[in-house]
Amino acid sequence: MSKVKKILYSQKVAPFVFSLPFCISLLVFWLYPLVTGILMSFQTVDFGVTTWVGVSHYTKLMKDPFFRTAVWNSVEYMILTLLLLVPIPMLLAVLIESRITKARGLWKIIMYIPALTSVVISGMLFRLMFSEGDGSQMNQLMHMLGQSSIPWLKSKGTGWVALLLLCMWRWTGVNMLYFVSGLNGIDGSLYESADIDGASPTQKFWYVTLPLLRPTTVYVITISVFAGLSMFLESFMLWNGNSSPKNIGLTIVGYLYKRGIETNELGYACAVGVVLMIIALVINFIQLFATGTIGFKKKED
Amino acid sequence: MADNNTPTKQRTMAENHRVGSFCATALFVIVCGLIAFPLLAGLTASLRPAREIFQNGMSLNLKVSEWNLHNYAYLFTKFINPKTTDSVAIADSNKYFMWYKNSLVLTLTTVVLTLLVCYFVAYGMTMYKTKLGNFLFFMVIATMSVPFEILMLPLYQEVTTIGLINTNAGVFLPGLCAAGTIFFFRQYMQGLPKELLDAARVDGCTEYGISVKIMMPITKPAFASMAILCAMGSWNNMLWPMLVFRDTNKFTLQIGLNTLLTPYGNNYDLLIAGSMFGIIPILIIYLIFNRYLVAGMTSGAVKG
Repeated sequence: MSKVKKILYSQKVAPFVFSLPFCISLLVFWLYPLVTGILMSFQTVDFGVTTWVGVSHYTKLMKDPFFRTAVWNSVEYMILTLLLLVPIPMLLAVLIESRITKARGLWKIIMYIPALTSVVISGMLFRLMFSEGDGSQMNQLMHMLGQSSIPWLKSKGTGWVALLLLCMWRWTGVNMLYFVSGLNGIDGSLYESADIDGASPTQKFWYVTLPLLRPTTVYVITISVFAGLSMFLESFMLWNGNSSPKNIGLTIVGYLYKRGIETNELGYACAVGVVLMIIALVINFIQLFATGTIGFKKKED
Repeated sequence: MADNNTPTKQRTMAENHRVGSFCATALFVIVCGLIAFPLLAGLTASLRPAREIFQNGMSLNLKVSEWNLHNYAYLFTKFINPKTTDSVAIADSNKYFMWYKNSLVLTLTTVVLTLLVCYFVAYGMTMYKTKLGNFLFFMVIATMSVPFEILMLPLYQEVTTIGLINTNAGVFLPGLCAAGTIFFFRQYMQGLPKELLDAARVDGCTEYGISVKIMMPITKPAFASMAILCAMGSWNNMLWPMLVFRDTNKFTLQIGLNTLLTPYGNNYDLLIAGSMFGIIPILIIYLIFNRYLVAGMTSGAVKG
């Protein structure tokens, strides 16, 4: 007994004991579902009977118009959120960290609050704000501008205004805080030497801030790519369920949920998941390559 | 050079600074106003008669004179489980508080267990120089780069087979070794002096004793920031719990609130009041531990 204890307590074995929960969790809750998911995408499951169907799910997916809509919506959403949620928070962060803004702490606290609300709550708030009745706030705003009421969530253009505003509302503050922490990591003496060289604020931003902020920018882009591609609940809550008019809110994960949970076609849904994973990995790889995080390293300085 | 120091130049510079300062501050006032708007609108809507929300959505016209707490009163006193439910214990009890309690219990369990497990895992990876540690850290990064949604369906089947469906364990077990949390603890521990370990070993402390008695107190700030992020994630989590929980009496607050939206009519009065009251716990935690939160969420951004 004491021998076992001695082995368990030795410096050689202890790291294995510490890592054990992670190894188990990795096998049981990550590798196993990942492998089954990929296998299931080549199978159909009908009342417990599994049949191997080869790549037929994938060939069917290629011709599936709903899937095409879903992929297009997700990719479009990802691109738009990248355009909105990287430059704007970055500029806000630069502005808030510059000495000229007053009461900086207060603004940082307020801007993070939307991220505390759940998707249920934020989705409901935006659905009510953009509801089609004459009394909704956005329509009242349109009346003030001399326009008539708009059925906001019925068509793609206006519906996506609501969707993107919801996304910006929740994430601008979060991304700004990422950039703020990145800015705090920049050596202040660099700005001093830029000042001595007579650099203008714009030059300082382009030649000092932006290059040195790159790790943060890469991080924010990476998480935005993943979050954008796997968006589901925002549209689920905004359109009160998984069926939006003309599928304007259908995303890849929404389609996966529809096929897997609502109509119980697990094999087909898993194929959707595998395609999502491939798209995510490819985009992320391109992004990491383009920003120079992987591959050949550019010389800095 | 002499030019720069003339009084007029200094005055214009000071003036420019004041104008810039005013503009920048005004911008943030506007941005924060826009950010506060939906929440304030929700709050005022929760104080108004239910029928009005249903007909008009949330109106810009505040009608302060009509404000009352009827929606809250109804939610807290009349929104109860029917007498005929399966479980005697929950019959006649308040439905909303039941969801609230479920959420609190689930969040508390998730936070405590996740932090402890992730701490020890990160400790094993960081404090000993082993090849296993490096490999496992690589796996942590790998798990971070696969979206959860892909694992969702097979995981759901797996959890059903194990018999964890409809249980709290089914919700928190798959996420217990949270990659982000391990990553953060590792980052934090890498900055700590390892000489402490050797000193403790000389004093006769066991490997496990060191991890609990020596290192845990030093890592307290890391625990604080991860606790808030984990609590937020768990309190607001919806997709996975929605799959795991079947019985209405097991529902968390978020799923419960979602059930108020039905194809047969939406109970916006209860939903808005319930939502506004549901933000409170997480808002309190946020306001108290705000400074730790910033440290926690930016950990990944430092190294990229």
